[in-house]
Amino acid sequence: MIEHTRQRMIEHTRQRMIEHTRRRMNGRTDWAAHLVLCLGALLFLLPIWLVLVGATLEPAAIARGEFSLIPRLQGLGVYASVLTEGSPGAGPVWRMLLVSAGMALAIACGKIVISVLSAYAVAFFRFPFRMAAFWVIFITLMLPVEVRIIPTYTVMSDLGLINTFPGLTVPLIASATATLLFRQVFLAVPDELVEAARMDGAGPWRFLRDILLPVSAANIAALFVILFVYGWNQYLWPLLVATDPKLDTIVIGIVKMIGTETQTEWNRVMATAVLALVPPVGVVILMQRWFVKGLTEGDK
Amino acid sequence: MASLVLDDLRKSFGPVAVLHGIDLAMPSGEMLVIVGASGCGKSTLLRLVAGLEVPTAGRILLDGRDVARLDPAERDIAMVFQNYALYPHMSVFDNMAYGLRIRGLPKDEIRTRVESSAEMLGLMPLLARKPRQLSGGQRQRVAMGRAIVRQPKLFLFDEPLSNLDATLRVQMRAEIRRLQRRMGVTSLYVTHDQVEAMTLGDRLLVLHQGRPVQLATPMEVFERPANTYVAGFIGAPAMNFLPATLSHGGTAAIFSPEQVIPFVDGRRPGADGRKLILGIRPEHVVADPAGMVLQVDLIEPLGSETLLIGRLPDGTLFSIKLANAAAGGESMAVRILPEHLQVFDAQTGLRLDPAG
Repeated sequence: MIEHTRQRMIEHTRQRMIEHTRRRMNGRTDWAAHLVLCLGALLFLLPIWLVLVGATLEPAAIARGEFSLIPRLQGLGVYASVLTEGSPGAGPVWRMLLVSAGMALAIACGKIVISVLSAYAVAFFRFPFRMAAFWVIFITLMLPVEVRIIPTYTVMSDLGLINTFPGLTVPLIASATATLLFRQVFLAVPDELVEAARMDGAGPWRFLRDILLPVSAANIAALFVILFVYGWNQYLWPLLVATDPKLDTIVIGIVKMIGTETQTEWNRVMATAVLALVPPVGVVILMQRWFVKGLTEGDK
Repeated sequence: MASLVLDDLRKSFGPVAVLHGIDLAMPSGEMLVIVGASGCGKSTLLRLVAGLEVPTAGRILLDGRDVARLDPAERDIAMVFQNYALYPHMSVFDNMAYGLRIRGLPKDEIRTRVESSAEMLGLMPLLARKPRQLSGGQRQRVAMGRAIVRQPKLFLFDEPLSNLDATLRVQMRAEIRRLQRRMGVTSLYVTHDQVEAMTLGDRLLVLHQGRPVQLATPMEVFERPANTYVAGFIGAPAMNFLPATLSHGGTAAIFSPEQVIPFVDGRRPGADGRKLILGIRPEHVVADPAGMVLQVDLIEPLGSETLLIGRLPDGTLFSIKLANAAAGGESMAVRILPEHLQVFDAQTGLRLDPAG
């Protein structure tokens, strides 16, 4: 009884101390923290605001250096125009968006499928040369696309995949990073869970589908976001492998719009840049809900 | 329900032999508890039966069929794990139904089976919850439910209660026993907790360093331990051991020069002077002014009883349990009750029973 009372007193004192600390921290640092945050947010927002405004201005005005910070509402039509009509040097934006989205999705999904499978093999199965396979995957980390770009191009060219969608995506799919990440995630799955599934009669495919993938859903979602943005931002490889304007990604398209001999229509470039931002931002916002949910629910 | 026979079952991990030949025959419906200190191989034995490890040699006969090389799924065995191993993303219902779904049972059959098991375990209100929304005791119940719905030939329990708090453990212990009796499923239960071992098992198998030391009913293991290891392992507080020698033509033992203790149950084999170890449980010692003197180091009042820990004149550690709470002092004179004396051979540690 005495022990119990003492425990309660200790607990009570502890609670009060925590509250006290919290209040003091609030009082002293609230405004300072806010100030820093606001400054940081402004710093990041300013260029985006410039692009948003610039898209609505008259191209001649931008060329003259008369850059207003207030958007011109009647200039909003530029978005519809770039989306459907195309610009000097590049095709319509809807097409490029489609190519980019297709490429980013194919890369993200392809990478996830391949690395989940290879990590599953490396983490859960005993087979000859398992560690050798693991190290081969590991070593490819040191050979990013930029390093092996010429041999990769030769291979693609020999396979007749230049100027095709597979040629655009397949070389970017093989991924050591994602494999290593999934391997770590899978190794953290308790052995008992695997054994319980075996006792329940689940074979390797069932275990992967029914237990392992749902349990790793949060990690897959997080990786999907990263890989989608990675795929979306690809520049060098698409530039090399796809010279056909039909396969122009949005990133390539923006560059093409700038680099022509005629005067650059900056409002169209900026409108295209804004449109290029929408899908990756959308994916981040959409998946954020997912992986926050995954993080709070996922106790393995 | 099935009989289980282990035939010279061995397991080595590389050069390290973990199990040195286990033979065991369990009739249908028996609850056998495998008990031993950590590292004695008890979990390995269970995992061999489950099919999670492949034996190095030997056979596992389930209802006469050798299952030693079969996949766990083909053995029709269910297991309850120490940390429950529930599927975190599935509801309680799905956790219990998963094994049945894999076996392709019709939906209504699955529902009936899961619900009747849930009813039995008091899980009905929790069927829609996820494991993380359950308390430890409830998770334990779900793990049991998952085993029960399968209606397997054999239940395996791998220290299922060790993650629970003391009160819950006692409660679940009784529940496991009741369920097992009611369903009549042959069960193997691994534990290092001797209270669990004593209360749950029809028989106990005591393992020591990968070898079976004794296979008997709990009371027999307690009253007639096969060797000094079992004697010291089963029973709390642990049995006292005294070095002694055989004398008086095998009818008594001598220890710490002047003390002679007669064997009331008959003479032991061997010549006078044979080295012995005498075992006496702390509760089989009484206060007696004419007895030997114990220097008391520590007094532990346990409420209804008092535990005294001290040293005999020759320095041997000795503990006694007295029924009255008010006992104790710097030293006290005690006497061993000869009818409860256990006699072991000093060399082999094996029990010495009266000859003839």
